[in-house]
Amino acid sequence: MGKSVFVRIYTSLLVLVGALIVVFIIMNVLPGDPALMMLDPAESTPEMIATMRHQLGLDRPFYVRFAEYFVNLLHGDFGNSMVNSDPVLPKIIKHFPATLALTAMSSAIAVVIGIVLGVLSALHRNKPIDLLARLIGLFGISMPTFWSGILLILIFSVQLGWLPAMGSTGFKSLIMPSLTLGLVGAGFIVRMVRTSMLDVINESFIVTLRSKGLSERVIMYQHALRNALIPAITMIGMIVGEMLAGTVVIETVFSRQGIGRIIADAIMAKDLPVVQGVVFFSAVVYIIVNLLVDLSYSFIDPRVRRAS
Amino acid sequence: MKEAAVSSGGLSLARRRLLRLPHFNISKLSASDLFVYGAAIAVALILLCAIAPQWLAPYSPTAMQADQVLLHPNWSHPLGTDYFGRDVLSVVVYGSRDSLIIGFVSVLVGSLTGGLIGALAGYAGGIIDTILMRIVDVLMTIPGVLLALAIAAALGPSLTNVVLAVAAATVPGYARVMRGQIMSMKARPFITASRSIGATGPVIFWRHVLPNSLSPMFVMAAIGIGSSILTGAGLSFLGLGTIKEIPDWGALLSQGRGYLTVAWWICTFPGLAITVFVLSVNILGDRVRDRLDPKRSRG
Repeated sequence: MGKSVFVRIYTSLLVLVGALIVVFIIMNVLPGDPALMMLDPAESTPEMIATMRHQLGLDRPFYVRFAEYFVNLLHGDFGNSMVNSDPVLPKIIKHFPATLALTAMSSAIAVVIGIVLGVLSALHRNKPIDLLARLIGLFGISMPTFWSGILLILIFSVQLGWLPAMGSTGFKSLIMPSLTLGLVGAGFIVRMVRTSMLDVINESFIVTLRSKGLSERVIMYQHALRNALIPAITMIGMIVGEMLAGTVVIETVFSRQGIGRIIADAIMAKDLPVVQGVVFFSAVVYIIVNLLVDLSYSFIDPRVRRAS
Repeated sequence: MKEAAVSSGGLSLARRRLLRLPHFNISKLSASDLFVYGAAIAVALILLCAIAPQWLAPYSPTAMQADQVLLHPNWSHPLGTDYFGRDVLSVVVYGSRDSLIIGFVSVLVGSLTGGLIGALAGYAGGIIDTILMRIVDVLMTIPGVLLALAIAAALGPSLTNVVLAVAAATVPGYARVMRGQIMSMKARPFITASRSIGATGPVIFWRHVLPNSLSPMFVMAAIGIGSSILTGAGLSFLGLGTIKEIPDWGALLSQGRGYLTVAWWICTFPGLAITVFVLSVNILGDRVRDRLDPKRSRG
C-alpha cells in the first residue's frame, strides 16, 4: 500500500514535468511573439523589438529557457509576469482560493446529484424518474456553461434580484457559478452511474444474492451500488480536472477573480510565466485528486485492497 | 480472403444495424424513440440552416436597421433585434454554418489524427508505442479546453485555427481508444490465421486490423461532435473565434452579454440553438452507440 503510493507520486511528478514541457513548447513553437504584443508595431524599430526580446530572454533557445525556468521553480521562484513584471506566485496564491472554492462546490453538487439520480434512474428503469434523470443528464452535457450561467443570471439576478450576478466574495456569489458548473459534471456522472448500475444489476452475483433471500434494498445499496461506484469514481477524478478548466469560462461569465480568468488573459497575452504557474497549480490539484481517487478504490473495492 | 469476407460482412451488418430504425408505428414508439425522431428532425433542420440559410432567414444577417434597435421579439422579428438593428433569427440561422463547421470538421480532423497515432502505436508496439503513448498521457493531463485555448490564442483568431485547436484537444482521447482497439484486434485468432497463410504486415493492418477496429471510433466521434461544438462555441465566446461580419453562435452570445439587462433575447436564442443542436446530436450519438455496442443496447 505505502509502496504503491510512492510509485504513484513519483509518476505523478513525471507527468507534472511533462505537462510543463508541453505548455512551454506550445507557447514557444506556435507563432505569435510576446515582444510584438507588448510593443506598438507601428512605432517600434527592429532594434527595439530585438532589445525587448533580449530583455524577456526570448532570444535564447527555448530548452535553455526551460532549464532555467525549471531550476528557478525548484527554488520556489515562479518568475515574473511578462506583461507587468509582477511576481507570479503571490498572484496565484491570492486568486487560487476563489477558484478552489468554486471547483470544490461544483464537484460536490455534481457528485451528489449525479450519484443519487443515476442510482434512482437505474433502479426505476423506464419510470418517470428514469426519464427525468436521463433528461437532466443529457441537458447537463449539452448546455454550454456560458449559456446556462447567463440564464441563471437573467432569472435570479436580473428578474428576481436574489443573487449577485458577479463578484467572488461571500457564499451567495458562489451559488450560481457552482450550480452552472456542477450541472455539467452531474450530467456526466448520472449517465455513467446509470450505465454501470444497470451492468451490475444484470451480473450473476446479484442473482445469487437474490436466491440467498436477501432483501432487495440490501442487494441494491450494499452490493450493487458499491460495484457500480468504481467506474463512477474514476470519472469523478477526471471531472475535477474538467471543472478546473471550466472555471475559465465560468469566471468570465460571472466576472469572478480567480485563476481561470488569469490564465485566459495570460494565454491571450502569451504571458508564459503566468500560464506555466497556473498550469502547475492546476496540475498539482488534479494529481492530488486523482491520487485520492486511486486510494479510495481500496476502501470501496476489497479486491484492490488485497492486490496491494 | 475468407477473413476479408467475414470482416466486410461484419461491417455491413453493423451498418445495417446502425441505419435500422424502429418500425414506424406511433402507438408503439417508446419515449426514447420519440426523442430520437425529434433529434433527427432538429439536426436536419439545423443542417438545412447551415447549407441554405437564405431559405430560412427572413432578413439578411448583415442588414442593420437603425430604427429597429433592440426590439423585443415580435411578429416581424420573431427573436427580436440586436444593438445594430440586425434580426436575431437571421443571424442565428446564418451563424449555424461556422458553428457546425467547427463541430464536424474538428471531429473529422481530430479522430483521423488521433486514430492514426493510436493505430501506429498499437500496431508497431515497442519503443514507438512507448514514446507516443507517454506524449498522449502528458497531453491528457492538460484539460482539452485549456489546450484548445492555448492553441487558438497562439494561432490567432480564424475559423481554420479554431477547428485545429478544437481538433488538437481531442487527439489524445482518440489515440488512446484506437490503440487499445488495435492491440486487442492484433491478438485475435483470425489475424494469426492470415499471417500463417502469408499475408504481409501492411495487408494485415489495412485490410483486417484497421477495418475491424473502427466501430468504437465511430461511436466516439458521434458522441464527440456535441462536445466539439461546445468547445468551439466556448472559444468564440472568449473572443478567440472567427472575426467576421456574421458571428457564429458563441460570438453572438458573447456580443449579447453586454445588453443582458435590456435585451435578454440576444443571449438566449443563440445559446438555445447550441443546446438544441448538441442535445440532438448527443441523443443520436447515444443511439448509434447502443446499436454498435451490443453490451449497452439496453435503453
